[in-house]
Amino acid sequence: MAEIVLRQSPLDHLSLDARAVAEPGPAGVVAGERRFVAKVNLRGDPADEAFVKVAKGALKVFLPTTPNTVDGKRDRYALWLGPDEWLVIGAPGTEGRLVADLRKALDGIVAAVTDVTEGRTVIRLSGVHARETLAKGCGLDLHPRAFGRGRCAQTRLGKANVILHQLDDAPTFDVYVERSFADYLWRWIEDGASEYGFAIVAEPIMAALKARRATR
Amino acid sequence: MLLIACPFCGPRDETEFRCGGESHIARPGPAETVSDERWGDYLFNRANPKGVHLERWLHGHGCGQWFNVARDTVSHRVLAVYRMGDPPPKDLTP
Ligand SMILES: [Zn+2]
Repeated sequence: MAEIVLRQSPLDHLSLDARAVAEPGPAGVVAGERRFVAKVNLRGDPADEAFVKVAKGALKVFLPTTPNTVDGKRDRYALWLGPDEWLVIGAPGTEGRLVADLRKALDGIVAAVTDVTEGRTVIRLSGVHARETLAKGCGLDLHPRAFGRGRCAQTRLGKANVILHQLDDAPTFDVYVERSFADYLWRWIEDGASEYGFAIVAEPIMAALKARRATR
Repeated sequence: MLLIACPFCGPRDETEFRCGGESHIARPGPAETVSDERWGDYLFNRANPKGVHLERWLHGHGCGQWFNVARDTVSHRVLAVYRMGDPPPKDLTP
């Protein structure tokens, strides 16, 4: 786990907070960075009952076995990455605890727990044109009948490898991008979204917008 | 571009994959009993058919798994997709 004081987001140099607005108005796409979200790569055999049971107990979410699906809510998700691989998501700063808990619980079981928090950052994209923006550079069918809430995929966006996760029907997407591609992908998204009206929001405002939309 | 149905993730663009060449090539052995000619064949000689070709593909930008593809080299049609270790499907008509 990296020392918190040394941590720097790969998008820090873009000063997104300085450009953030309090009220995105009619913007078709609203985006922001979710910094330092905890990410733990978990590998194990889903046919091993002990592994599945223990992992569920430690994580409080199921490890989905249906390809390209997610279990969890708010601060804790398990994303299907492959037939024996998941990405576990936690609140910022919890990766050390998450790894320790998983390793302790999985002691004696064939499994691998790896902290990959620093490898990627998360760009959250929301709004009526978020889907169209992603579709400009993604080979996946993102239509709601093929890709909806609770779905995830490892794929390509523009020229970057990403993990996509659709959180709600707004639609809101979390895009997990490798840190050396983060600057490129942010600029790519901003360019692609500009025709729909693009607004940057700081992370807490994004959460508030989501809550407001839910009560509407 | 080919549309390849990964046996794990479903249909994806060819750009997410890497082709790993001919499939079902068994390593001869034990090594001390294998002739130079046989080793050479194992290492270097590959089929290059006009028609059905069985090949390995890696879903590198997705689930990271290797699997087999039966592809018609004339039409580029993907005839079948099956997992590593599985035998090729019987009926493969281009
Ligand atoms: Zn795949």
